[in-house]
Amino acid sequence: MNRPELVCPAGTPSAMRTAVDAGADAVYCGFQNATNARNFPGLNFTIPELEKSVAHAHAGDTKVLLAVNTFPPAGKVNLWKEAVDEGARIGVDAFIVADIGVADYIHKNHPEIRLHLSVQAAASTPEAIKFYCREFNVKRVVLPRILTVPEIKNMADEIPCEIETFIFGNHGLMVEGRCSLTNYITGLSTNMDGVCSPAADVQYIKDDAGNMTTKLGEFTIDCFSCDENAGYPTICKGRYLTPAHDGAYYAFEEPISLNLSTLLPDLMAAGVTALKIEGRQRSRAYVKSVVSAYRKAVDSIMAGGEPEISGLLALTEGQKETQGAFKSKTWR
Amino acid sequence: MKTQLTIAPILFHWSPEQKLDFYARIADEAPVDVVYLGEVICSKRTPFFEKHYDEVAERLTRGGKKVVFSTLSEVMLKRERNMVAGFCELEDYELEVNDSSALWHLEGKSYRIGSLMNVYNEDTMTYLVGKGATHFSLPSEMPGDSVAVLAARAKELGVTTEVQVFGRASLALSARCYHARAHGRIKDNCQFVCEQDPDGMPLNTVDKQEFLTVNGIQTLSQSYLNLLGDLAGMQEMGITHYRLVPHTQDMVAVANIFRNALDGTVSVEESMQDLSDLDIPAPFSNGFWHGQPGHQWIDQTPTT
Repeated sequence: MNRPELVCPAGTPSAMRTAVDAGADAVYCGFQNATNARNFPGLNFTIPELEKSVAHAHAGDTKVLLAVNTFPPAGKVNLWKEAVDEGARIGVDAFIVADIGVADYIHKNHPEIRLHLSVQAAASTPEAIKFYCREFNVKRVVLPRILTVPEIKNMADEIPCEIETFIFGNHGLMVEGRCSLTNYITGLSTNMDGVCSPAADVQYIKDDAGNMTTKLGEFTIDCFSCDENAGYPTICKGRYLTPAHDGAYYAFEEPISLNLSTLLPDLMAAGVTALKIEGRQRSRAYVKSVVSAYRKAVDSIMAGGEPEISGLLALTEGQKETQGAFKSKTWR
Repeated sequence: MKTQLTIAPILFHWSPEQKLDFYARIADEAPVDVVYLGEVICSKRTPFFEKHYDEVAERLTRGGKKVVFSTLSEVMLKRERNMVAGFCELEDYELEVNDSSALWHLEGKSYRIGSLMNVYNEDTMTYLVGKGATHFSLPSEMPGDSVAVLAARAKELGVTTEVQVFGRASLALSARCYHARAHGRIKDNCQFVCEQDPDGMPLNTVDKQEFLTVNGIQTLSQSYLNLLGDLAGMQEMGITHYRLVPHTQDMVAVANIFRNALDGTVSVEESMQDLSDLDIPAPFSNGFWHGQPGHQWIDQTPTT
């Protein structure tokens, strides 16, 4: 079994330092604009910040992966090319991309830098992945969170590149790169603008009885009684009504986080090369706890021991966790 | 080139009888130029209609329609991979691709790109034209000003472009079947409950506002896209094909309304009225096209 790379979120320069110091093998990050899929206020890097951060990461022998993984809308592709050129100049270790045009640009102009296929490309079959490898010399694919571990194992046998999978964090229900729910409600696109349920469109409204309604734009996403914690109004985690179901229900999924700690040995045996922790929007404390815990777990498995992970539940969304699609087909 | 009207693949799980009736009417009565056939949402539905494709394609061809087969949008299982590979061998009909799996097989062949593929910019378009793409059906969330750039590039490259102008807009795909979930089931034992909702299952907010529509693994808008008011601008941009998503409302009437509006033989106002008279069971929307929230209706009535 090869030692997998632990790939950790770096939403800010301080989060990146924290992840590096906590034992990340690689960190991933993006610039402060629409070129990456976590284009949230207060997150991400300016060019000088990335320069400094890459130097620090490299000094700690940690790789830096730059996410340029949104889909440039026609007429605006230069912003994405500039992000790529700056990343190359600064010396990032890989680009994470989803758009075919962006992949082609990197392949032609920066062939010496590794190309990783983003989860946003939604490449879910060996054929899809082989297409990107053949066309752009992709070295690693980040798999969509829709496959079971046995399916991932079969995949590993058929494709010519490395596999990265998510192991912990926020768990979107829609296939990444194939969701325009946010744009339908807010006018900002997940694919083109890198936003999902933008905070500027969120409202929390409390009534006299203490019940909390959460809204995105003009639409109510959920309604919480006074003894419930009100979750962030992400469209795919809301409660809705439909004639076929008795009362309001989580039509897609309840607020819940992915936690694959107990599946780690299986994933590693299946041929997964890199384990990804989600959470560029999360705090330094989150990064420190999760990265340290998974560092210990991976090292323990490599030494022939059991992964021991506890105390992460408090950090998960809704304090609930799932193994999502990875454990069994019954999730579907 | 005269603008062409197209019928998108049927997104919902209609019975074979309903599909046969639908295509018979389209073949004989609808002023459409291209009809896309094939199951693009759920591979479990395919056995029900597979045996009818030859007959339907022939009938549509006899009716003067060009038939294009459209591939599955989410491909995971071996069976689904084989389905896509099989379609890529098709020689008598053109293929519309909805997942990058197909691109692996189509090396050296020509094909169309479906609206569930992510072609958002001129670089991606140019690259795919170099790989054999001849026609692009664009994602429905794209704003008109970006589509204009793509339409111009398509013209330079000698390929054609298509935009959905009617019907519920596809908003998301998932691995999970939300139809099954609403009925307390999972995808593997779904018992085809999606059959109960031939225009999709409504999802409303807890305060009873109309919101989304569920169709198996797909989530759509509850509103119907209606770009009647934007057709003139689209024609100016050089959009060549105009896509109608099939619903249970009278699609021959819908096709006539859009054909007349494209030809300018009926005014926009009158066309809007004709469409409203069809009792569409949801509000209209055109926000995406205008760079606004997709559910919105931006009034296009010219001020005099």
